[in-house]
Amino acid sequence: MSDVNHGHLPATIEEPIANPGLPPHSWRPTDVDERLAKRAERQVAALFGLSAVCVVLFLVSYFTLKVGDNHTTFAGFGASNIALGSTLGGALLFIGIGIIQWARKLMGDHEIVEMRHPARSSDEDRQGTLDALALGLEESGIGRRPLVRNSLLGSVALLGLPAIVMLRDLGPLPGDKLYSTVWKPRMRVVRDVVGTPINIADLEIGDLVNAEPEIVFAVDEDGEHVLHGAELQTAKSKAAVIVLRMDPKDLTPGKGRENWAVDGIVCYSKICTHVGCPISLNERKTHHLLCPCHQSTFDLADSGKVVFGPAARALPQLPLMVDEEGFLMAQDDFNEPVGPSFWERG
Amino acid sequence: MRLLNRTAGRLSRHRRGRLAGIAMLMLGLGLTGSLYAAFAPAQAEQAESDAALIEEGRELFLVSCVFCHGQNGEGVLTEGGTQYGPSLAGVGAAAADFQLGTGRMPLVQPGAQGAAKSPVFNDEEIAALSAYVGSLGPGPAIPDESDYSLEGLDDEQREEAISRGGQIFLTNCTACHNFSGNGGAMPRGGQAPSILNTSPEHIYEAMLTGPGNMDVFSNGNLTPEEKRDVVAYIETMRDQPEYGGFGLGGLGPVSEGLFAWFVGIGGLVGFAIWIAAHSTRTTKAPMKGTDA
Amino acid sequence: MSIDTSKVADSNATTAATPKKPGKAGVVANWADERLGLGTVMKKNLRKVFPDHWSFMLGEIALWSFVVLLLSGVFLTLWYTPSMGEVEYQGSYNPLRGVEMSEAMASTLKLSFDVRGGLLMRQMHHWAAMIFIASMMIHLLRVYFTGAFRKPRELNWVIGSLLLLLGTLEGFTGYSLPDDLLSGTGIRAADGFMKSMPVVGTYMSFFLFGGEFPGEAIIPRLFTAHVLLLPGLLLALIAAHMLLLVYHKHTQWPGPGRTEENVVGFPMLPVYAAKAGGFFFIVFGVATLMGGLLTINPVWKFGPYDPTKVTAGSQPDWYMGWPDGALRIMPGWESHFLGVTLSWNVFLPIIVLPGLMFTILLMLPFIEAWITGDKRDHHLLQRPRNAPTRTATMVALMTFYGLMWAAGGNDIIAIKLHLSINQITYFMRGAVFIGPVIAFFITRRWCISLQRHDEQKLLHGYETGIIMRSAVGGYSERHLPISDEAAYKLTARDRDETWSPEGETDSNGIPAKGGRLDGLRAKLSTLMYADNVQKPTAEELEDAHHHADHEHEVQAPLEGHAADGHQFDGHHAVDGEALRGDH
Repeated sequence: MSDVNHGHLPATIEEPIANPGLPPHSWRPTDVDERLAKRAERQVAALFGLSAVCVVLFLVSYFTLKVGDNHTTFAGFGASNIALGSTLGGALLFIGIGIIQWARKLMGDHEIVEMRHPARSSDEDRQGTLDALALGLEESGIGRRPLVRNSLLGSVALLGLPAIVMLRDLGPLPGDKLYSTVWKPRMRVVRDVVGTPINIADLEIGDLVNAEPEIVFAVDEDGEHVLHGAELQTAKSKAAVIVLRMDPKDLTPGKGRENWAVDGIVCYSKICTHVGCPISLNERKTHHLLCPCHQSTFDLADSGKVVFGPAARALPQLPLMVDEEGFLMAQDDFNEPVGPSFWERG
Repeated sequence: MRLLNRTAGRLSRHRRGRLAGIAMLMLGLGLTGSLYAAFAPAQAEQAESDAALIEEGRELFLVSCVFCHGQNGEGVLTEGGTQYGPSLAGVGAAAADFQLGTGRMPLVQPGAQGAAKSPVFNDEEIAALSAYVGSLGPGPAIPDESDYSLEGLDDEQREEAISRGGQIFLTNCTACHNFSGNGGAMPRGGQAPSILNTSPEHIYEAMLTGPGNMDVFSNGNLTPEEKRDVVAYIETMRDQPEYGGFGLGGLGPVSEGLFAWFVGIGGLVGFAIWIAAHSTRTTKAPMKGTDA
Repeated sequence: MSIDTSKVADSNATTAATPKKPGKAGVVANWADERLGLGTVMKKNLRKVFPDHWSFMLGEIALWSFVVLLLSGVFLTLWYTPSMGEVEYQGSYNPLRGVEMSEAMASTLKLSFDVRGGLLMRQMHHWAAMIFIASMMIHLLRVYFTGAFRKPRELNWVIGSLLLLLGTLEGFTGYSLPDDLLSGTGIRAADGFMKSMPVVGTYMSFFLFGGEFPGEAIIPRLFTAHVLLLPGLLLALIAAHMLLLVYHKHTQWPGPGRTEENVVGFPMLPVYAAKAGGFFFIVFGVATLMGGLLTINPVWKFGPYDPTKVTAGSQPDWYMGWPDGALRIMPGWESHFLGVTLSWNVFLPIIVLPGLMFTILLMLPFIEAWITGDKRDHHLLQRPRNAPTRTATMVALMTFYGLMWAAGGNDIIAIKLHLSINQITYFMRGAVFIGPVIAFFITRRWCISLQRHDEQKLLHGYETGIIMRSAVGGYSERHLPISDEAAYKLTARDRDETWSPEGETDSNGIPAKGGRLDGLRAKLSTLMYADNVQKPTAEELEDAHHHADHEHEVQAPLEGHAADGHQFDGHHAVDGEALRGDH
């Protein structure tokens, strides 16, 4: 019976049938018949030869098939990629198949036996190590001199602090940046990409406009964009909105939000409150807005409440107003932080 | 002299030939047809596209559409107060042209989202029906081809248009229809369909009229030029070669993962099985020496 | 003084007078050996034995695809610019001309359209990455199902699990580098994940992005992680993994001639080196073919990342699919208390769950060792059916993983199979709990029934398909004994021994102190082996053979007739025999 506690040596397996030992070696036709061996040799050489041909074809394709402005195409595909890929792939594959064929057909295939050794080191090696360790520690005196040991440990532990502290300038502290966007009172709502302001007379019931605050497209006296680069992206990642015109009958304004809509035109943050993907999948008849990332669904007629999915908070709503000419503007910034929730949000 | 000496016999011989009758018939027909085509009044066709077309459309409407849309296109309400078929007053000829042209209308069953299928009506009938629906109330008209083609623009303008169209497409459309126009999921079984096989006219009309659950992108939302740019971009996407090889359905990482597993891992495991498989054995033994 | 020269050779006979000069290879080898002492190291390892089975090559797929990644990756770094600086694209892909984008995206487009072979390398790199992670997973499954993670290989299991985790991170950082719309959306989601962490969330987000999302720092930092930090860690861990493999030697399937103390197979030189080397070329070739013929990550269609743009069907690469699925099916729970917000809806599926799953994965060998109390070295593999509970556990985990993975693709499933995404989500919310339980039970019983079948074969022989009718009219199927090799294979396994607290004694026979968890441990151990079919003892086997002999006696009159089944038993030469004989 094998002993569960006998830790390190592999226990012998009790077998009702004795191990019959390695079966006798059986030969391959290529071992036996010289003709077949020669044929296998030619096969392997042919495979290597095919690989060489593929390399030549690769070089030809590389120098004749164009990319860039006059991209060569073939059967509706980019010719260069297909040609380079199949020739290089073939070159590599044929070498691999050739080597494997060589191993399978021609290399000696006797199974040989090697003995294992226990993973554990021998008892005398262990003893030797323990002795050396004991001697070394004794000579260091660390056991007899606790003051040295403790003060060393203390000072090394302290060294961790510079490593951590030096990372402080990785980034600014969040501060209150997450609580506001670039929206300001009386800032016009403009169409994304083109930057034109939106007049309420332009919109029909069912129109969905992807919009931005006008500062995103503003240019200064020199004709330079006021916001560009990282600043622009950061502004857009919180300030992007969607404007939807629905039948005023369908709208149920939230408490205190009665004047946030203009003639059935509502404006919500485009940034999902789940993890921040932009949303513009609107199901027109139900005015349910679906986020493509994780399928959070918001009801735009009911203050952006969550009706399905993993989002926990309603979509922030932007209070709208119109100027004298009928162009849409924001009354003020959002009344809550836009985008994913965070700890300090409260 | 012989030529001028046309004897009655020679000409008569032709007159009495077997093919003479047919030849005269063909001549007569050809003459009449050409004269008619040259001088037929064009005004008669014009009149066709107005009142007569609308009348034709009305007749078709009465036979095919009133069950759901009402005798005068006013819509049919169910007992529960929900709608069987919506009112068509004010949807415009463009909406009808889109719905009929893509085969979505007539719906296979009410309530379900209409999927594009082969149109039931032919082009003339669609034109007639659209004219009739357009007459029910003011609404978007069927666009002209010049509305959505890039003709008349030089190369640089064309390039700019396609570029801008791409940015508009990515801002307004890909959220539902996916980056290559292959379509996407909507709530409760709805679908934003693939637009890769939709004609430019129908794409324009869909944006203009907002069919089904699609939002409206009226001309006050996306101007006609912007719509034209979007159509141009979609066409470019459709016509451009697949630079990297087979497109795998244009669905993104899901299909890529499937191919990685089935083709990549499947192929490599197949190779591994081949590599480690026992090769053919023979019962014979080698004559001379051992290790081959 | 005359010198006796009679014994001096006066001719060379058959050997050269001067010793042969060492050939070129010999000179080099000598130079190296005099400095590196290679002779000692290589003596043992040149003919090192590696057992041969296709399932042992799955880890090789991972190894060779990693090499492909290194090579193709270096190519890509020659053109890729890890910068988020804004630039107007003026390259050769017309639909994006004039569009503002980051330099990272612009350089990726340059690679794809203006560098010959650039798109091939990009696609090859991405396909190889997918194969890398997939092959690590199937390698993990093979190791687990065959019990190769048991002592002394538990540490290798831990290293392997870490490799899987690092590989996943490497993939994520890698596909985010082009700064295209799809991967940028993924980074946006990652920012949301970080923000959901209690207390430190916003700080982590601001520190990583160098300010508010998206900032300018994230792409260069991901680049450093992707080409320096993670590959360094990966290489170190791969080296450790291989070192342990060489030290412990590879496990092998039990069979004739194989024992716990030996390893039977082919030598490193030439066969194993050829097979492994050839496989390297095959993996490289397959990755290249895929890169040339199958489009992957067509970033020009996505366009540059913009926080206001998104595409339907936004998924991460497949290996992040299962946390994405968990995120999608999670209900929208959030707690507000004491002026703070705790977003359970993000924190649980994306931070807690993967951490938990990974910890379970790491601990699997130790949990099993604790339950079974097995402290022996194991070098022989187990068939999955002979460890039903272990197999069932992994199948249950796989079911959980697979359902989460499918949930991550719920919108694609919805449009392709015409289902409602809402219904799919509701279904998955229940299925991820019920499915693994059902899978566990089914798998376990299936393994046990396979064990029963094996026992039948051992005791009664195999079914020949020949139906015998006895003199009195009863029908029975004729069984013939299986060959010795096959019988040995079926019995070359340990007997399962339930752990019990009383059994724990040290080498001096002093019983161990009882721990608090002993009762639980004993119960789990019993459950682990419950219903397992143990191999028969020698006596049982004898009895069965006697019984079989008796049966044969009864059927002796039928011996020698055609189709008595002896054609199939492997003990008789049957050349020239027809199955039906003269009848």
